[in-house]
Amino acid sequence: MTDTTSTVEQQLEITLRVNGVARTATAPARRLLSDFLRHDLRLTGTHVGCEHGVCGACTVLVDGQPMRSCLMFAVTAQDHEITTVEGLAPDAEQMSPVQQAFTECHGLQCGFCTPGFLTTITAYLQENPDPTEAEARECISGNLCRCTGYQNIVKSVLRAAEITHEREAGA
Amino acid sequence: MKPSPFVHHAPRSVAEAVAVLAEVGHDGKVLAGGQSLIPILNMRLAAPGHLVDINRVAGLDTVEVTDDAVRIGALVRHALLERHDGAFAANPLLRQALRNVAHPAIRNRGTTTGSIAHADPSGEMPAVLALTQGYVEAASAAGTREIAAADFFLGPLESCLTEGEMATGVRFGRFPAGTGTAFAESARRHGDYALAGVAAAVTLTDGVVTSVRASFVSVTPTPDVLDLTEAFAGREVADVDWVKAAEMARDHVDPDGDIHATADYRRMLAGVLTTRVLTEAAATALEGQSR
Ligand SMILES: Cc1cc2nc3c(=O)[nH]c(=O)nc-3n(C[C@H](O)[C@H](O)[C@H](O)COP(=O)(O)OP(=O)(O)OC[C@H]3O[C@@H](n4cnc5c(N)ncnc54)[C@H](O)[C@@H]3O)c2cc1C
Ligand code: FES
Ligand code: FES
Repeated sequence: MTDTTSTVEQQLEITLRVNGVARTATAPARRLLSDFLRHDLRLTGTHVGCEHGVCGACTVLVDGQPMRSCLMFAVTAQDHEITTVEGLAPDAEQMSPVQQAFTECHGLQCGFCTPGFLTTITAYLQENPDPTEAEARECISGNLCRCTGYQNIVKSVLRAAEITHEREAGA
Repeated sequence: MKPSPFVHHAPRSVAEAVAVLAEVGHDGKVLAGGQSLIPILNMRLAAPGHLVDINRVAGLDTVEVTDDAVRIGALVRHALLERHDGAFAANPLLRQALRNVAHPAIRNRGTTTGSIAHADPSGEMPAVLALTQGYVEAASAAGTREIAAADFFLGPLESCLTEGEMATGVRFGRFPAGTGTAFAESARRHGDYALAGVAAAVTLTDGVVTSVRASFVSVTPTPDVLDLTEAFAGREVADVDWVKAAEMARDHVDPDGDIHATADYRRMLAGVLTTRVLTEAAATALEGQSR
């Protein structure tokens, strides 16, 4: 293409509902959802590892279901409800059950993979509130962690289920 | 890495989608779940100038079970089909195989039709489409056509869909009464692409074998079907030694070696898995008949 106008990239105004709030920014069509969240909306909790769907660090909830934000364009995510790790805690004072379980069980070391684990596990426990240890392993099998050897993450999944039940009983 | 620039099109109907595809020609690509396409774009292995994002096209997200088929629209995600009880009852092989397709986060987004259009010989669902003698439904500005699985896959990552054509859905066939099915694969981690995988269907009539068929994942260039009927038909199922089928499977497959496994190892796996799935499919068929 020699025409100079065609070298100027198409820019789109993209509005996303993230953690319950409508947010708008201008970005090119090729902006990945992960980069839109991090760079355009400054929600840097979502991490980016591999950018081809393997590591799971970028996992966010789309309409409550875990998906890879590096394998989705921000423009396609419009009209959907996005939940990032920043949106998991019920309020500023309290961590979510999965977050609390990770702190209690030392489910993280460097924390790079953690946002993807937290979103994945949060969605999983809604479907299966009482996982066995084998199910807890299966639930995290699509996420990679370079630090923990996974033992404490598996414990965190089981503890998060307990905390959820404790909070329900206490409420 | 990041994708190179493209123009994003968001058609609302199939007619609109195929009109854009006709206009942009070879510079256009259909974007469905993006679980195979976006990695390719991120790594700049492809740089189409136009993406026709079909995610907003109405009416493509339905599953219909008919007497002879399970028909799914092009936006049915793997996860939806996997959980669909009607589809499972009509053809249990769908759920048996879908459990092995990637991880849940990827199944939540990736479409079953997209994985067939992608024509990856390491995909589970192309092998299932072949084994069920299913069809791909395609639309272009010139009209619609349906393509039998046997004609659809031309080679690794190559289907007979032409420029300007999109798949609007696929139809998986159903097996005759008395059929048991099974799926098994070996992967380094559950959810990863299989080193080798086998789908099988065994049909019995009054405890006697009448049909035995298998198709393969990751060990053949296209998902062609190995028909073992001649070798086993007419025998009482209780007397069949399925270990014999392993040799036929090993002769049939044509695996490549890579960093994960040698060709010989994959060939061996294909044999072992064939024995396993045929044993399981035959047991299921027998159980179904005694009910
Ligand atoms: C980490 C990871 C692991 C995976 N593991 C597996 C696995 O074990 N087994 C497996 O089978 N798959 C696996 N996948 C791929 C996944 O199943 C994809 O969902 C699938 O291959 C493609 O479907 P899609 O809807 O995402 O298609 P897209 O990525 O959107 O498209 C893929 C290709 O098909 C074309 N296409 C898509 N839909 C249509 C249509 N309706 N008409 C015409 N062309 C179309 C596109 O143009 C593109 O060329 C994996 C993916 C990832 C990221
Ligand atoms: S960054 Fe998205 S899966 Fe690795
Ligand atoms: S805690 Fe470091 S990568 Fe998981």
